[in-house]
Amino acid sequence: MPERITPTSGDEAFRRELMGVLPHLRAFARGLCGRHDFADDLVQETAVKAWTARERYQVGTNMRAWTFAILRNHYLSELRKSKRQTDVEDADMERMLVMEADQEGPVHLGDMETALQKLAPERREAVLLVGASGFSYEEAADIAGCPIGTMKSRVARARTDLTRMLADEPEKIGAR
Amino acid sequence: MDHPKSNGQPGKTPGLPPEVRRDGEPGWAGGLRKLYNSVVDEPLPDSFQDLLKKLDDGDDA
Repeated sequence: MPERITPTSGDEAFRRELMGVLPHLRAFARGLCGRHDFADDLVQETAVKAWTARERYQVGTNMRAWTFAILRNHYLSELRKSKRQTDVEDADMERMLVMEADQEGPVHLGDMETALQKLAPERREAVLLVGASGFSYEEAADIAGCPIGTMKSRVARARTDLTRMLADEPEKIGAR
Repeated sequence: MDHPKSNGQPGKTPGLPPEVRRDGEPGWAGGLRKLYNSVVDEPLPDSFQDLLKKLDDGDDA
């Protein structure tokens, strides 16, 4: 049943969909860069970029995948910029998450987070997309702009790395 | 000094640690999702209010 379409209704629907994915973008961004403030800046800039490019978004396609790709590309270009300026690695200073009183999992979330940040960037991205965000290998490969086989092997390597890292320190796991 | 010889976690029975390998997946897999979802579940910070306005006003960004 076609409803009356006003010029702004498409924008409004887009805006609503965009707002809906913001929490996911924040989680992805924070996982990628490990920093609260930087992650939120990335998300806001991504939202503005997406809004500006909204004409290019095809309704009915995956808003989450579309915006994740924008965020990811924006993050990489910011990274290149800041690498040129300084080489400060302060990801360790501000933890991705300050988890308090949430230690019931088999792996302490602080350790999880530290391990995640130690991964090679493309492996981190891969395991975030597939293991945390729940994208298929195909969608993740699209987002990262790589072949599906590459995505699969990145995820597999990330998994191996994480398993090794988190098994190396049995005292820390669940014991804090 | 008398350190109790703790063998750690109560659920650490051989073969099936708690919450581990539900589908043969390692224990950290659930931790990763939990970490991620904890951010998804956070309310948007105040700084995002401006963003909403910016999008409302159209594209003068």
